[in-house]
Amino acid sequence: MFLQGYGPLLLNGTWQTVKLAVLSLAFAFVLGLLGAAAKLSKNRFSHGAGTVYTTLVRGVPDLVLMLLLFYSIQIWLNNLTDLLGWDQIDIDPFVAGVAVLGFIYGAYFTETFRGAFLAVPRGQLEAGSAYGMTGWQVFTRIMFPQMMRFALPGIGNNWQVMVKATALVSIIGLADVVKASQDAGKGTLRFFFFTLFAGAIYLVITTVSNFVLMYLEKRYSTGVRKADL
Amino acid sequence: MIEIIQEYWRNYLYTDGYRLTGVVITLWLLVVSIGLGFCLSIPLSVARVSKKKWLAGLVWLYTYIFRGTPLYVQLLLCYTGLYSLEIIRNHELTNAFFRDGMHCTLLAFTLNTCAYTTEIFAGAIRSTSHGEVEAARAYGMSPFTMYWRVILPSALRRALPLYSNEVILMLHATTVAFTATVPDILKVARDANSATYRSFESFGLAALIYCAVSFVLVAAFRRAEKRWLGHLAVRTR
Repeated sequence: MFLQGYGPLLLNGTWQTVKLAVLSLAFAFVLGLLGAAAKLSKNRFSHGAGTVYTTLVRGVPDLVLMLLLFYSIQIWLNNLTDLLGWDQIDIDPFVAGVAVLGFIYGAYFTETFRGAFLAVPRGQLEAGSAYGMTGWQVFTRIMFPQMMRFALPGIGNNWQVMVKATALVSIIGLADVVKASQDAGKGTLRFFFFTLFAGAIYLVITTVSNFVLMYLEKRYSTGVRKADL
Repeated sequence: MIEIIQEYWRNYLYTDGYRLTGVVITLWLLVVSIGLGFCLSIPLSVARVSKKKWLAGLVWLYTYIFRGTPLYVQLLLCYTGLYSLEIIRNHELTNAFFRDGMHCTLLAFTLNTCAYTTEIFAGAIRSTSHGEVEAARAYGMSPFTMYWRVILPSALRRALPLYSNEVILMLHATTVAFTATVPDILKVARDANSATYRSFESFGLAALIYCAVSFVLVAAFRRAEKRWLGHLAVRTR
């Protein structure tokens, strides 16, 4: 066949890439909500912590942070286990990849959510409290659904950037689709074809997510009238 | 940290004694790819908003492919991919060009940033107000004159905030260059890391340098926006 027996390897790599991207998205999403809450809070300490987080992470290239955290966390963990007299714990590269990507893109999500939270009219929240809702109820029933409409374009953007950033994890040794394509290239000496194939897989992923995002944007804009031009 | 700085500051900043490395190489990658990308993206963005469907579609296809795939894959394609083809190796000119990691990196970076920049500029051109175009036509300007004197000067200004974002992202994207053996800041950090096993310090130093360059760029663009976008600024008083 034209994949010369490397089909399963590439399929597995694609699955790893998708899994990595989705799990990192979930992690970054939660971090982003927490970060936005911290940046919007009146507590000076959490506001400062949120600002330092977003400024530093967005000022440093993702690959540098990835290498920095990937190597350092293992060394710190080794020091800790040495200190406690335990056996060495090896960090699973996949877990490390998810944690690092989530941590980096959490900063971008923080900024997205912060803007979106600010875009929800204050009166909506006041109305919620006036109905006797608790803070959590106001958040889940009023704040979140309205905030998502403003946040979706930003979320979509971040997601697309994140999918492409997952290609970098092959540099820290994860068996994603790029790594699979390079292994296949080495085996067959058809680097051009297999790298092109990996690129095509990314193109499929981004195209599919474009359609999903279009659907979500429609879904969260229910009840908003578009200007009739 | 101090030891790494003492031993490697030259490598991080400009040279390892034999060739240029570090910040100089990173900035060279950035300036060349952004500069070439800018020059190419202006005609491409005009083509992107063209009324000729096939022309606009062709440019759309180019930007869609390059914005839909990771830069790292594009670099691999230019570096290992193209050179594995016999046609490339058998011709003297292409062989000489693609054998050098630096050339492949610059090619991949330019094509990538050009795709993003084209879409940014095309968006800005589309948002030109109708009256300006009408006025230009009323003066009897040819399409070229109209673009050159009316549409592009105002569109490029309006694109400035998004364009500055793209430049910062491109600075961050230059970090993949080390995979094509280009000795940029991250390559120096990796060398320092494998020589000393001080990962946090070696990569931390690189992170600080990138952060500093980013902040300088942000400040420069802020000044540029003040200068060229002053007429759009929100009046506070």
